[in-house]
Order: sequence, then structure tokens, then C-alpha cells
Amino acid sequence: MAGGKEIKSKIGSINNTRKITSAMEKVAVSKMRKAQDRVAATRPYAEGMRKVIGNVANGSLEYRHPYLADRDVKRVGYIVIATDRGLCGGLNTNEFKRVAIELKNWKQQGVDAQFAVIGNKAAAFFKRFGGKVVAAQSGSGDVPRLADVIGSVQVMLQAFNEGRIDRIFLVYNKFVNTMKQEPVIDQLLPLPKADIAQKEHNWDYLYEPDPKPILDMLLSRYIESQVYQGVVENAASEHAARMVAMKAATDNAGNLMDDLKLVYNKARQAAITQELSEIVAGAAAVG
Amino acid sequence: MAMTVQLDVVSAEEKIFSGLVESVQVTGSEGELGVLPFHAPLLTTLKPGMVRIVKQFGEEHLIYVAGGVLEVQPDMITVLADIAVRGEDLDEQAALDAQKRAEEAMQHASADFNYAEAAAQLAEAIAQLRVIQKLRKK
Repeated sequence: MAGGKEIKSKIGSINNTRKITSAMEKVAVSKMRKAQDRVAATRPYAEGMRKVIGNVANGSLEYRHPYLADRDVKRVGYIVIATDRGLCGGLNTNEFKRVAIELKNWKQQGVDAQFAVIGNKAAAFFKRFGGKVVAAQSGSGDVPRLADVIGSVQVMLQAFNEGRIDRIFLVYNKFVNTMKQEPVIDQLLPLPKADIAQKEHNWDYLYEPDPKPILDMLLSRYIESQVYQGVVENAASEHAARMVAMKAATDNAGNLMDDLKLVYNKARQAAITQELSEIVAGAAAVG
Repeated sequence: MAMTVQLDVVSAEEKIFSGLVESVQVTGSEGELGVLPFHAPLLTTLKPGMVRIVKQFGEEHLIYVAGGVLEVQPDMITVLADIAVRGEDLDEQAALDAQKRAEEAMQHASADFNYAEAAAQLAEAIAQLRVIQKLRKK
């Protein structure tokens, strides 16, 4: 049986770990609340934008913007949003698994893939996984700003405009609720059609002033708002996942400490019993 | 009863308005325009200005927007604003200050002066003041 001293120091170190995880849990709770508010605030705009874009994609417009045209897929681009820091459970792993499965499908069809990554964890993953990373961005902090994400998006858009990639996907963790975050892969370009049934007649917008500048502006805003929304949702997911993971870690540390305390007390008792019986035996031998 | 159409006004920060309206008046890039229910599909950019909403049963609302996009479908209208502020929440003093600052900057132009930016700020301030004045008249 291990000596009492070793067990005691083990209990001490587990207790310290528990203090850290429980502090991290509390920090995550408060950060999550703020991130959740941010998600709620930006969702209406992203959804309104998606609705408008859905209508635009359904119309038969006189000016065919390149973002609306489906073309043969030879190369695809992924904008992958992950966290900067770890210790948030399986959040990133689940997301990367989804991407890996998609990539396998593309590979079977002979399609290459390129990546723009946002967040340290995504950069580290694709370094190991192998894959052409064309843009990387990290350290956007707790309050993500639009300017932080625009760089990676521009790289992808440019590749799309020049025909180097034929489709762009956005990957992030959608914040459903505190206990549930879902990795989602959305097609960003070309624009997916709206879900509503096609209207029967062909129609086009009236434009003021001209179709091209309006659509250019609208579409680039659409992309920006979707990616920004992804970053905000991912941040909320990160804090929620970390909160749950740290709670589990704190509970586990508590259980471990209870078990070790039992072992420690048994060892202590055994040592006392042994000492006693030695004294008694010694006294009997003398007497 | 007057016909109505669903209107959503959203800014990057929040949902400003959502509900049935009888008519909407906005400042498009080409000028003021009013939209009634069953309008033909329309897409236009917005200049800094106000959105005047006549709600179902005739109640009026004024919202200030700093630019954005207006999309009209026969059965739904969406205003995607860059920045939007409800008329009642506008700060007159701040708008006056901004106007003064922009005008001064335009008069004392230095080498690294960005004329377009100052002009845009001035336009925003004037549009805000107009909304405030309009509110006062009611």
C-alpha cells in the first residue's frame, strides 16, 4: 500500500487543480452570458440578410452576378472558424471531424480543397491534417470585430472571383443552447436558393440606381455578415462548451479526492494497527 | 380597413421594428420614396435619412438610418440598415456637435483631410436633425 505521505500530496495537487477548473467555470459562465447577448443582437440582421439574399437568388435577374452562378466544382474553399484556446471539451474536435468527412467526399470526386482558418486551434489542426491553408487569423478576443475577420474572407472571395475556387463553405459551431452546440457547414457561395417553393412567374427587381452596384454591395455585405455571425456564434459556443467541460472536471476532481481520502484513511488506520500490535507483541515478549 | 404589409427594420446591432404597416417612406439613394402594400419587387440603397412608418391603424413611427439597403417584395419589406436609431432615442446635442465638427473640418481642410468622410458625417448629422425636427412638429 502506498505511503500516507504520497497520498496526501496527491490529494493536495488534485485540490489545486479543482480550484483552477472551478475558477475557469465561473469565468466561462459570465463570458458566455455576454457572448449570448451578442448572438441575440446580431441574429436578426443576419437572418434578414439571408431572407433578402434568398429572394435575390430566386429571381430571374437581368444582371447575373458571378456570385449567383453555379459552376463546375474543381476546387472548394472552406472558411473554418474555431476557438483560440483549448479546454472546451469536444467542441473543436467535433467540428474538424465534420470537415474531414466532407473532405473525404470531395477527394473521391477529385476535388481539391483550400482553407481560410480563424482561430489558433483551426490553424494547428490543419497544419497537422495537411491541407492548403491560404489565410489564417487568430486572437480576435472576446469581443470579435468585423475588421478582424474581413482579411481571411477577402482572400477567399478573391480566389472565387478569379476562378481559383468554385465554392466557398463556412464552418462554425452554432450556439443552440448552453448544453448544445452544433457544428454546421453552410454554403456561402454561390448563393444557395431560398427554401420556399419557386414562385411561378419570372420576376426581376426594379433597381435604383443600377443593378450592378446594388448587388455588389448587397452581396459583399451578405458575406461579411454571415462570417461575422459565425464568429459570434462560435464564441458563444466556446464559452458554453468550456463551462460544461470545466464543471465536469471540477466534479471529477471532487470524486477523485473522496476516493483518495478513503485510501489515505485506510492506510493511516493500518499503520496505527500495525504499530499497536508491535507494541503489544513487544510487551508480551518482555513480560 | 387599409391594406397592410409586413415590414422588418434591422440594424447590425438589433431588430428595430417588425410588424404590419400601411405604408413606409424612406430616403433612397435617388430620392425619397414611399412604399405601399403589393409594391413591385424593388432593390435600392439608402442614404442617411429617416424611415417613416405608418403602422396598422395609422400610428406613425420615425426611425433614423445611416444607410443600408431596402428590399421590397409584394408581401414583405425589409430594411437592412447599417445603423438605425429610433426617433425618440436620437440625441439632438450630439447631432448638432457632429454637424459643427464636420463643417469645421471641411472649412479648415488639411493635407490628410478626407473630404468624402467628412461629407458623409455631415449628411448623417443633418439627417438626424431632420428626424428630430419632424418628431417635434407632431
